[in-house]
Amino acid sequence: MKILVAVKMVTDPNVKVRALTDGTGPDLASVKMAMNPFDEIAVEEAVRLKEAGLATEIVAVSIGPAKASDTLRTALAMGADRGILIRADQAVEPLAVAKLLRAVADEEAPDLVLTGKQAIDDDSNQTGQMLAALLGWGQATFASRVKLGDGTLEVTREVDGGLQTIGLSLPAVVTADLRLNEPRYASLPNIMKAKKKPIAEKSPADYGVSLEPRLRVIRVEEPPTRQAGIKVGSAAELVQRLHNEAGVL
Amino acid sequence: MTTLILAEHQDNHLDEATAKAVTAARRIGGDVHLLIAGKDCRPAAEAAARIEGVAKVLLADDDGLANRLAEPVAALILSLAGGYDVLAAPATSTAKNIMPRVAALLDVMQISDVIAVGEDGQYQRPIYAGNIIQTVASDDPKQVLTIRASAFPAAGQGGSAPIETVALPDSPRLSSFVGNELSESARPELGGARIIVSGGRALGSAENFDNVLAPLADSLGAAIGASRAAVDAGYVSNDLQVGQTGKIVAPDLYIACGISGAIQHLAGMKDSKIIVAINKDPEAPIFQIADYGLVADLFEAIPELKSEIEAKESA
Repeated sequence: MKILVAVKMVTDPNVKVRALTDGTGPDLASVKMAMNPFDEIAVEEAVRLKEAGLATEIVAVSIGPAKASDTLRTALAMGADRGILIRADQAVEPLAVAKLLRAVADEEAPDLVLTGKQAIDDDSNQTGQMLAALLGWGQATFASRVKLGDGTLEVTREVDGGLQTIGLSLPAVVTADLRLNEPRYASLPNIMKAKKKPIAEKSPADYGVSLEPRLRVIRVEEPPTRQAGIKVGSAAELVQRLHNEAGVL
Repeated sequence: MTTLILAEHQDNHLDEATAKAVTAARRIGGDVHLLIAGKDCRPAAEAAARIEGVAKVLLADDDGLANRLAEPVAALILSLAGGYDVLAAPATSTAKNIMPRVAALLDVMQISDVIAVGEDGQYQRPIYAGNIIQTVASDDPKQVLTIRASAFPAAGQGGSAPIETVALPDSPRLSSFVGNELSESARPELGGARIIVSGGRALGSAENFDNVLAPLADSLGAAIGASRAAVDAGYVSNDLQVGQTGKIVAPDLYIACGISGAIQHLAGMKDSKIIVAINKDPEAPIFQIADYGLVADLFEAIPELKSEIEAKESA
């Protein structure tokens, strides 16, 4: 059983990203980059399935600039076996990502594709669903529990009303939500070992996929900032102000 | 220009997010149709027909649509897509699961989480946890959108649209429903609540959510929310999480209790009309966006606040 896990290099989730003053895009000049936190959870789940003897090989794939190989190295240090870097220096829309991942899945024939439910940079929450659609596979998004059986999968999903459990036959696409697991920190020996694991470098053209964007970005801007209000001295003052000033009580 | 909206509903009940998505669709212009997909869902279709500005309701009532699994609902929408320029849905967990599947099969790039509809087919959407607003236009022949319900007022009542039944096309069964563990609560839904009382990790336990925070919420008729840290710690269930990847809310009053104000939490609530923060740490980032801050110990301030509110109400 082979698992393909898709990982994206994004801005550090603790950094408040600002817009460029000319409104053309986010200012990423000196922002620290990291693996998308949801993708880290996907990698961790794949590694746990391998450690449990349920998976034999984990292939990590990333689409991005040369520096995205750092993200793949992190996945390899966590326990993935090898990496594929599809080099793209521009931003790639989820639809094109899904098409590239479909081409990789056609080549690699995984039984399961794992990825994060959403990337914390563009917040699209689309790629996993699009990939499942293009492959004609079943999907289980927002997974908080994954139980692998013989050619089947039972996934508990975080939904608006609580939890929903569904069954799927393999192959399938699963996208990870926050409570699926807590990703490990790679140990130093594993980080060293990961340096020797292979990363194949590819281009979108190798897969015949166009990265031509479908959406035109007209502008980006920061939303109006909220100003800090006042500090109140007591619960009584708070209630009085919420009633008299704010009119919400 | 005609828009088809995949309605959010529970078969016998239509969610308010649907009427909010109708408002967004009417701003796009042209006719608005609603699709009710489910099992024994005629009551939801009847409620949908009463929303002002809806020209037609399509009702797909089929065993294969029970629980609205992504694959059959996407196949249904695809079978209807030919008649529409825009396919939209409120950005609920159901639609977020289904709509990208539809978009990919139409070879269209979806626009997620639309918060404003502009002229000339322009849409605004938040990126980077709402720290940046992106304005985009689509060059695709059709548009697939999810709509952030909290950004639009609900369309009114008083419509009487015809209900037309549509059939679920044959499609391979790729997933099956096993079970639901849905949270039962007599409190208002987070998405539609006028007041939300939200708790963070500082509450310390599930018992404190029940015994300290819940009485305050009940005295206000408020919904209960939580930070990611509180959900991760197991104090409350996942469906109460407010934030970038949880629920996005914009109530009249949001009372954050023991929440520090991480970027991903602010992304879910910073459009609230009035924000109150109660935290014992005067440096907590939540105070930078709060209209009213109270630096105090939660376990003293919350019960005090509750009795002040009750005193005011009985006055």
